[in-house]
Amino acid sequence: MSTTAADVREEHLSKEEVEKLAHPKRPARQRLGVVASYVGMGFIVLYCIIPFYWMVVSSLRLPSEGLSTEFIPNPASVENFKAVFSPVNNFGRSLINSVIVAGTATILTLIFGIIAAYALARLRFRGKVLVLWLIMACSMFPIIILIPPLLKLFSSTEPFTWFPYWVNTYQAVILPSLSFALPLAVWNLTAFFKQLPVELEQAAMVDGCTPGVAFRKVILPLAAPGVFTTAIIVFIGAWNEFLVALTFLQDKNMQTATVAISKFTGTTGFDTPYGTIMAAGVVVTVPLILAVLVFQRRIVAGLTAGGVK
Amino acid sequence: MATATAEPRSVPATEGDGHKHKKNALSDGQGRLAWILLAPTLIVILVVAGIPVIMSLRESLFQTNTGVDPNTGLIAGGEKFVGLGNYTNIFKGGDIVQGSYGSMDRFWNAFLNTTFITIVCVILETVIGVAMALIMAKAFRGRALVRAGILVPWAIPTIVSALMWKLIFDANGVMNKIIGKQILWLADTGASFWAIVVADTWKTAAFIGLLTLAGLQTIPAEVYEAAKVDGATTWQQFVRITLPMVKPTLVVAVLFRTLDTLRMFDLPYGMIGPGKYRVETLSIFSYQEAAQTRYGPAAAYAVVLFIYVLLVAFLFVRVLGADVIGDADAPKKKRRKKTEPPSEEAAIETAIGEGIGGAH
Repeated sequence: MSTTAADVREEHLSKEEVEKLAHPKRPARQRLGVVASYVGMGFIVLYCIIPFYWMVVSSLRLPSEGLSTEFIPNPASVENFKAVFSPVNNFGRSLINSVIVAGTATILTLIFGIIAAYALARLRFRGKVLVLWLIMACSMFPIIILIPPLLKLFSSTEPFTWFPYWVNTYQAVILPSLSFALPLAVWNLTAFFKQLPVELEQAAMVDGCTPGVAFRKVILPLAAPGVFTTAIIVFIGAWNEFLVALTFLQDKNMQTATVAISKFTGTTGFDTPYGTIMAAGVVVTVPLILAVLVFQRRIVAGLTAGGVK
Repeated sequence: MATATAEPRSVPATEGDGHKHKKNALSDGQGRLAWILLAPTLIVILVVAGIPVIMSLRESLFQTNTGVDPNTGLIAGGEKFVGLGNYTNIFKGGDIVQGSYGSMDRFWNAFLNTTFITIVCVILETVIGVAMALIMAKAFRGRALVRAGILVPWAIPTIVSALMWKLIFDANGVMNKIIGKQILWLADTGASFWAIVVADTWKTAAFIGLLTLAGLQTIPAEVYEAAKVDGATTWQQFVRITLPMVKPTLVVAVLFRTLDTLRMFDLPYGMIGPGKYRVETLSIFSYQEAAQTRYGPAAAYAVVLFIYVLLVAFLFVRVLGADVIGDADAPKKKRRKKTEPPSEEAAIETAIGEGIGGAH
């Protein structure tokens, strides 16, 4: 009875009415919501970009107009960038130092991290929770606690006169960097390895692979995006590190870029050479931002890696 | 032949049924292998973190000798054991400074600075970050663009962002021009505190936003549809659905931000400078002491900060239930409620990985 009633009603609908029903009308409120979300997104982007824009703009002014508040540099100039790489500032050397320090830390971290993360993601053993807590705790503690004893140790102060003088060496910065880089890498990689189904390795082993070969030929290639992402995050962390480098790298030829920027002085000695500092900031930051654009796509892939299932 | 190959596959499947943990042919009984694989990492952590922390604890019980040795008449070197002297000196008020909270010992001034900067920054960052995540979750298009924009502050080295904000907050800078006032942000005044807050919030709010967005995306749309059918308002949906379901992710994100802000060093150091009492954090104070070879007090202040961080982390885990480990295999761990989607765990773990990433 009821079905026939519905049928009858349907027959009475005109073509336009059917079309109208097929396109559900968006209520005004919802459309307002869409507009609001675009406005909100605009705000977010501006919020994030404007201070950075100010740094870029300030780097493109004449060195004498470091404190100008015009929103477009007038006249535009690359003098500041020339000043950054002038022999006085020796910034090229600092960049090389940063690459050496951050690169070595990243490579060491990945080697140790991949092995440990595989064990944490795949193997079941007593004490795992303890290990996880230990690694987590290690990433949380304030890095400043390393500074007093290590400064004493690396500068061969009594009672550590037996220790080689390590101030102004790369290892003095790389080793403490591992204390935050390694937990970070292990944590990230464990998450990525866990997203890969264990069945893949089982299938490889059924086909005659040893666990080691299954890891190398099956898991590692699949986890490559995760390893790559981790490498970028660790590299950025080590590249941006300031406190340890500031403490142990006092020689101008050994300073990393972040320390060098913090120590830029003007030719007159008293005024802050904002233009040069901003130019150096742009030089240090732009490669990271380019890397982050790549990394951003990777992390989306990482988050959706569960799709392999 | 066919049955022989098929059998090993079917065995784990039948055994796994009905069990909490599936039997894993790869891993069962391989505890020794696990420890062998973990050994290099654990040894590195012991060497680069464990031993220095113990050395710091030891250091905090000593003081560098100063002055002339009465026996030899030479300038004294080395160190002497002072027990808890470096800690008790904190309460003696030997080094009174004038900060934002009146005149008090330099340690307590730094302690209060650290605490208040952390509280204000984390609250602001959480509010702005959650708002950002809600906006991004609503977006149909352009989400990738926003996400890329959000990563810009995260990628900038903190010291560079400190110098960038130093330029913006200069007395003749663009901030004063915009607000039309002459505020001495950088001159170790009360305004310096807010300059730091603005700079830190800018750099890290977006990060909380990203983590929260990851949490939001694990909430199934059906839940909201059901709520709409039941006539829930937008606000009710936010308070009754979004917040509770995003809470595990958010709590972890806030925990990481809190711990990170407690150890703040680069921003006040680069923006306002060292030895500025209105914004001197415990990290800066300890660094200053170590740089002047007062290793004992420096270590003691660092140890106090360490304990402070541990305490806050403990409170987060116990009171707010921050699931920092998020390990599905952990046998002792309380299982998640069944109503939550299983994918959430993985999402949180990835988010945590990110979480540490933002820390530096």
